[in-house]
Amino acid sequence: MRRAINFRSIAPYALLAPGLIWLAVFFVYPAIQMFLVSLWTGNVQEGFTQTWNWSIYPTALSEYWPWFQRSVIYGGLATILAFALGFPLAYAIAFRGGAYKNLLLFMVIAPFFTSFLLRTISWKIILSDDGLVLGPLKTIGIIPADFQLLGTPAAVIAGITYNFLPFMTLPLYVALEKIDRRLLEAAEDLYAGPWRPRGTIVGAVIGAALGIVVGVVMGYGPLVLGIPGLILGIVVGTWMVSEAFIRVTLPLSLPGIFAGSLLVFIPAVGDYINAELLGNPQSLMIGNVIQARYLKVTDYPTASALSFILMAAILVGLLIYIRLLGTKDLV
Amino acid sequence: MAVMTATAPPEHVSFGTRVHRFADKWLLPIYVAGVTLYLILPVAVMILFSFNDPAGRSNLQWGEFSIAAWLDPLGRPGLPEAVRNSLVVAFVATIFATILGTLIALALVRYDFRGRGTTNILIFLPMSTPEIVLGASLLTTFIASVDLPFIPDGLVYPLSIVTIILAHIMFCISFVVVTVKARLQGFPRHLEEAAMDLGANEWTTFWKVTFPLILPGIAAAGLLAFSLSIDDYVITSFTAGQTQTFPLYIYGSQLRGIPVQVNVVGTIIFVVAVGFVLLTTLWQRRVAGQDYRASTAA
Repeated sequence: MRRAINFRSIAPYALLAPGLIWLAVFFVYPAIQMFLVSLWTGNVQEGFTQTWNWSIYPTALSEYWPWFQRSVIYGGLATILAFALGFPLAYAIAFRGGAYKNLLLFMVIAPFFTSFLLRTISWKIILSDDGLVLGPLKTIGIIPADFQLLGTPAAVIAGITYNFLPFMTLPLYVALEKIDRRLLEAAEDLYAGPWRPRGTIVGAVIGAALGIVVGVVMGYGPLVLGIPGLILGIVVGTWMVSEAFIRVTLPLSLPGIFAGSLLVFIPAVGDYINAELLGNPQSLMIGNVIQARYLKVTDYPTASALSFILMAAILVGLLIYIRLLGTKDLV
Repeated sequence: MAVMTATAPPEHVSFGTRVHRFADKWLLPIYVAGVTLYLILPVAVMILFSFNDPAGRSNLQWGEFSIAAWLDPLGRPGLPEAVRNSLVVAFVATIFATILGTLIALALVRYDFRGRGTTNILIFLPMSTPEIVLGASLLTTFIASVDLPFIPDGLVYPLSIVTIILAHIMFCISFVVVTVKARLQGFPRHLEEAAMDLGANEWTTFWKVTFPLILPGIAAAGLLAFSLSIDDYVITSFTAGQTQTFPLYIYGSQLRGIPVQVNVVGTIIFVVAVGFVLLTTLWQRRVAGQDYRASTAA
């Protein structure tokens, strides 16, 4: 029997070793190497030397602060918008999907079967000045003929939201699907009715605030989206949300909200394709700077420092987020 | 989107309840249709524009209907090599990542061992790091490896298809682990115990019982890895050097003028991927059906 016990104590490490060594060599070690490169001085022509030039961090941070700021704002807004769009969708599939459940889930993941770049190029076609969206609106005369979407922050945020919407919807669906329907019946038996009048107020505040923030960031001023947001918030809060939803469904969907917002926010902050294809020079994100510093300017130290700051910021944010919302099972 | 369903119709139906019912019956389905359309629209545009004959150099404006590009789907300089490289990278990376990831998943689900927490973090971190950071750190590593003594010349620098594959295996492993782990968690351990009781050793039990049962999970993980790899632009752009893959080709043509062939290849990939998913779903259902029949017959 001793042999068998030995085998069982070694077996897990034998199974883990190849994969973990791979991750150590091609993930952990490169992260350290990137940190070392950030403390290099020199250029491609004359070569680099390890000078431990720590001042690159404050310099890079202050020089590129607006790009960091923009990345966090765009990524954060895209996360909130993906939640606002994805939650009703996930809810509808989980609770009202019926016979169409699998078909609808398939539709949610279908964009993944197309190249990310081709989808973004498609958005370029759709949002173009006389394209599918703006063309008809201009013909009717709702918007002025010189109105543009392409090349604005609005297009960048919409593009990011689109790209990561399935990452939000799927975890939300999984969480909502698991909810025991008997809890909702019990809540109704216990007089959890419509959420009026609190729902009206909460809906109004959230709707207006979101509309104002999105409007201001996209450059349309506070009222253009603030007023529709206010009206939508009042309608949803007054008539579409019940107390059972607020007290049972929403708290139980928290794991999905947690996972979904991470899956959207992290890639969204680092994204640079949407900003490059759909935006303008004033809407570039930190990813664009990093990419250009590495591949076009070959300023490896600055690029590495920026990249390292991005990684560290996300890790710290992640740790705080996990502490606050708490999750034991990460993977 | 609320969950109120009146069990007995009351005499007087208030305005609020009526709005609520209307919303539940009509607004939600309309909303779902709208968002689904939003999700599918770019895919539809991509397919539509594969039948375009654009006036200009770039396939961004509708000219007139044409099937010319479909008759010659790879007829652009550089495109065949790019597609071939993408397929090679995706196949090799999928095979390695699926094997390495499945082994980790097996260890995590079936054994108690020290260092489980560290392992979990090591699996989780690559998925929670922006792709640009993964790509950038690999680039710095490959550049800096020139000074290292024990790496054969030309293996990782200059960058080549080899470095792309090394990088793709890395970012696919975590996704494979998560997928296979999910499948292993509801695993019927008593079937293995039965096999052992009937005299099979660990090896035979694994190949005759465990492996066939987790194969659908492994297949799903492999499909995921393949689709992640074949579509990757960001990490590839940092690790490719002069090598072209299909996403790199699209990006490059985006600057020079997008040929219609790009949409044709994109459409073919879409159709093949959808077909594959439908086939595996049917296959899994059949396997599940057999399980069910076997368990009811027993």
